[in-house]
Amino acid sequence: MIALLTPRNVVVAFLLLLLAAVPIYAAWTGNAFLVTLFTRIIILGMAATTLNLILGYGGMVSFGHAVYLGIGGYAVGILAYEGVTTGFVQWPLAILVSALFALIVGALSLRTRGVYFIMITLAFAQLLYYFGVGLDRYGADDGLSIRQRSQFAGLINLSDRTLFYYLCLALLLVTIYLTWRLVNSRFGMVIQGSRSNDRRMRAIGFPTFRYRLTAFVIAGAICGLAGALLANHTGFISPATMHWTRSGDLIVMVVLGGMASSFGPLIGALVLLSLEEALPIVIRAAASPLFGDAAVRIAEYWQIVLGPLFLLVVLFARGGIDGLLAGARRD
Amino acid sequence: MTDARVDTLLEIDGLTKRFGGVIASDAISLGVRKGELHAIIGPNGAGKTTLIGQLAGEIAPDAGRISFEGGDVTTLPTYRRSQIGLARSFQITSLFLDFTALDNVALAVQAHAGHSFHFWRSARGEADLRVPARAALARVGLAERSDVLVSNLSHGEHRQLEIAMALATTPRMLLLDEPMAGMGPEESARMVKTLRELKRELTILLIEHDMEAVFALADRITVLVYGRIIASGSPEAIRANAEVRQAYLGEQEQAHG
Repeated sequence: MIALLTPRNVVVAFLLLLLAAVPIYAAWTGNAFLVTLFTRIIILGMAATTLNLILGYGGMVSFGHAVYLGIGGYAVGILAYEGVTTGFVQWPLAILVSALFALIVGALSLRTRGVYFIMITLAFAQLLYYFGVGLDRYGADDGLSIRQRSQFAGLINLSDRTLFYYLCLALLLVTIYLTWRLVNSRFGMVIQGSRSNDRRMRAIGFPTFRYRLTAFVIAGAICGLAGALLANHTGFISPATMHWTRSGDLIVMVVLGGMASSFGPLIGALVLLSLEEALPIVIRAAASPLFGDAAVRIAEYWQIVLGPLFLLVVLFARGGIDGLLAGARRD
Repeated sequence: MTDARVDTLLEIDGLTKRFGGVIASDAISLGVRKGELHAIIGPNGAGKTTLIGQLAGEIAPDAGRISFEGGDVTTLPTYRRSQIGLARSFQITSLFLDFTALDNVALAVQAHAGHSFHFWRSARGEADLRVPARAALARVGLAERSDVLVSNLSHGEHRQLEIAMALATTPRMLLLDEPMAGMGPEESARMVKTLRELKRELTILLIEHDMEAVFALADRITVLVYGRIIASGSPEAIRANAEVRQAYLGEQEQAHG
């Protein structure tokens, strides 16, 4: 149907090869930090992919999506603290509680539109954030250390960082594939139609609310799983994971990478998190011949460079990075 | 039940809607018979679109009753009315701009093909959705344009697509809100031809400003002024009605020279 060697396909194939090769390269060079960084990229890419389902395809701008990272993380953290270290309980619970929370938030917020919807999702996320701050038994503001990663009865050892990396990568790819199936199914047509013109959808006979709510719950549930992964990765969970700025990061990843695109959110996560690591180093290197020791302090303002970069993408590439690769696909 | 009621498909009884101090629908009572094309005309601000909005379920009336095929639908939500066969088109083009023409119509087919909790199979590959959608596009003369993004279609084609989508919901009755709005003479002529074919199979309630089209198509005409019916009858009777001529047609004829 379409040529296989489009710029976008080449980039995606290169990206997948890169992700597959990270632990090998890291072992070869002895740079363990790379695996840590890319595990984080993969997990947050997975969270951004679930946000893309509702934001990119469904037009629901949830400003509280990081809350599911927190719920998933606390499910692992609290259970581990109480002595339940088996992943067979931790992970399903992370998914279930996230789904339940999404059901409540969605049922109340999806009746509104635009700014009101954004504000309600934000309010619910902040509510849970402050609830986490008040959890004295589980570290309150300071958070909770998770001493032992989820146990899977010897089937898979998550303490093996390489194995954990590939498990996260596999779950990310499954999430991307599921999302792709979903958005092209009848169900996906309904949520995309609803993004495009909800009034018309109702006029041709769709009770759109129940479909949008279902999408909202699916996105929350899978993001809860990403939260369980993130808590295992960092060995730590705190309310900060649910802070609204974290939700903002997820939105940036989706918009930067490309809304309503399969691999866009992953590309966005990769670019954003890589820039967060690389920009301070680049700025320090560039500034030190001119400013000497002051370059370190200048590098602290790396976000001054990141901000305009993001602005340029939003202004000149409506479809994000993925949109640039695919050519003017939308509009 | 009287004989007159038996073949009445849509019955409006005492429908009233106020927006603040403005009465948009002033105790409107009207019956649309099965198989007829019933046109509603009236000057701008007469409350025609408000009436369609109430019939489609988007605006809740303050008083009155709407029944469709003998059943009370006054409080039925929009999507339910569509499901029982009451389809509407929009005066201001209301389409899925980032979808192709075929996708738009296929969505309308899907809306009436059971629930949409199908998460796996590609909807664009389903013949059950695509074949009827292509047929509906062909009926309005858009077969050639089915794979074009709607945002790239002309205004006239948008209007045709509006009709195709209403048709794809296999309605018993069409509520058409100014299908010829903004059309050139050639496009209008094509639309009249399409509607003439449709009226053989469907009951149609037509709101239209194009008097030539209305008198060419309508079996009965109702004239609405300030939310109130001032006349209702055959095209000949309406043309001859003095009050209508003064309130509405006279202005039009003057305006058109």
